Amino acid sequence: MDLTDETFEYTISIPIYMSWITNFFSSSIGRKVIMSLTGLFLITFLIVHLIGNLQLIAGDGGEAFNQYAYFMTTNPLIKFVSIGLYTMILLHAILGFVIYFKNKSAKGGKPTAKNRADVKWASKNMALLGTLILFFLIVHMGDFWFKMKFTDTIPLVTYEGWEPIKNLYHQVTMTFDNPLFVGTYVFSMVVLGFHLWHGFGSGFQTLGLNHGKYNGIIDGIGKFLAVILPIGYAIIPLYYYFVMR
Amino acid sequence: MKLTLKVWRQKNSKAKGELESYQVEASEHMSFLEMMDVLNEQLIAEKKSPIAFDHDCREGICGSCSMTINGSPHGPQTGTTTCQLHMRKFKDGDTIVVEPWRSKVFPVIKDLTVDRSAFDRIIQSGGYISVNTGQAPDGNAIPIEKDLASNAFDAAACIGCGACVAACPNGSAMLFTAAKVSHLNQLPQGEVEKTRRTASMVAQMDKEGFGMCSNVGACEAECPKEISIEHIARMNRDYVASIFGGRKS
Repeated sequence: MDLTDETFEYTISIPIYMSWITNFFSSSIGRKVIMSLTGLFLITFLIVHLIGNLQLIAGDGGEAFNQYAYFMTTNPLIKFVSIGLYTMILLHAILGFVIYFKNKSAKGGKPTAKNRADVKWASKNMALLGTLILFFLIVHMGDFWFKMKFTDTIPLVTYEGWEPIKNLYHQVTMTFDNPLFVGTYVFSMVVLGFHLWHGFGSGFQTLGLNHGKYNGIIDGIGKFLAVILPIGYAIIPLYYYFVMR
Repeated sequence: MKLTLKVWRQKNSKAKGELESYQVEASEHMSFLEMMDVLNEQLIAEKKSPIAFDHDCREGICGSCSMTINGSPHGPQTGTTTCQLHMRKFKDGDTIVVEPWRSKVFPVIKDLTVDRSAFDRIIQSGGYISVNTGQAPDGNAIPIEKDLASNAFDAAACIGCGACVAACPNGSAMLFTAAKVSHLNQLPQGEVEKTRRTASMVAQMDKEGFGMCSNVGACEAECPKEISIEHIARMNRDYVASIFGGRKS
C-alpha cells in the first residue's frame, strides 16, 4: 500500500479508542440503546419527582414542600445529579429527533392503504408524544425551575428554626389558579401516559431484555407506571383548582 | 367473482407511479398470483403492458411475491405469502389496492417489482459460516439441545421477503437482520464468528439506510414466517456484546 503523507496523517490523527465508541454512537442499535437507557433513567426521575411533589397536597400550607424544595435546590449532591438529569433529557430529546428524521427518510413513500390495525397508536407516535412532552417541560421549567433558580419573583417565607426560604408552594398555588395552566398540565400528563405505555416495555426490548418468563411482568410494570404516574401528577393541579381554591 | 383492482403502475425507478384501476373476473379457488396472471392475460389481449411482479416458487418458501395488498404486506391473511393467499379471502365486488413494498432502500424497478439487493449485501457481510465446503456432514454429529435448535430454526425460517421492512413505519430491517444473526449465532457452527458477524451485519444494515426499530411490532404481525421480535432483542444483546466485548477497533 502506498503510504502517502495524507494517509499517515489520518492514521495518527484519530486515536484508536475512538473507533469503537463512535461506531456504537452512530449505529442504529447504539442510538436505540442510549434512547432506552436515558428513557428508563427518566422514569426513575418521574417516580422520585412525584413522591416529592405529593407533599404539595399534604395540607400543611406548604411547609414540608418548601423545606424539601430548599433542600433540592441547595444540596451539592442533588445539584450534581441534576446535571446528569439535564444531560439525559437533552440526549433523549435530541437523539429522538435524529431517529425520527432518519426513520422518516428510510420509509420513503407511504402506502396509500392503511397498515394492519394491531399496531398501537402510541407506538407509532412516540416522536409526536415526545415533542409535546418537551414543550410541556419548557413551560413547566419556566414556571417553577427558572423562577426558583434565576429570579427573585418568588416571595420568602420563614419557618421556625429556619432562615427565610423561597415559598415555591405559593408559586404553585398561583400557577394552578389559572385554568389554562391546569388544562395544559393535565393534557400533558395524558400525553406522558401514552409515551410511557409504549416506552417502558420498548426500552427493555431494545436493551435485549426479552424473555418469555419476564415479558409479562415488564409489560405489567410499564402499564402500571404509565397509568399511575400521570394520575399522580395530574391530581396536584386538579386538587388545587377544584378543592383548594 | 368480480373484482376492482387498483394496482401501482410505474414504468421504471425514476418515473412517477400511480394507481390504475382494472376490472377482473376471478375464481375464489385461485391464488392471488393466479388472479394477477388472469389480469395480465387480459392486459396482453388488450395489447397493454402487463403488470410486472416478482414470483417464483408459488409455495411460500422463495420470498419473491412482494405485494402490499390493502396496506398489508402479503395481504390480509397472517403467516402466509401472497402466493398462499386465496381469493376466497375476498368478497365478490371488492376493491383491492395492490402496491409494491414501500421503502427508500427498496426502489421500485417496475410496477410491483422492487430492488431488494440490500438484503443480499447484508447476508454477504456476515450471514454465513466460514467452513470448507465438502460432503454434507452427518446431521447428528454435533449434539444441539432441542430448544436451541428449535429457536434457531424459527429464525432460519426467514425467507428474506422484506415484508418486515414494508410493514415497519420506520422502514427498519431489524427483523430480517435479527433473524439471520439469531439463526447463526445460536448454533455451535455459527457461534465462533458471532462477534464479527453481528457487528458487520448491523453495520451493513445501517449503511444501506434502513430505519431504526422502535418496537412497534408491525414486522412480526406481517411476517409470513411469523418470526418473533424476540430475535431482535437477541441481536441487540449480541451487538452490544460485540461492541463492548469485541476487539479494540
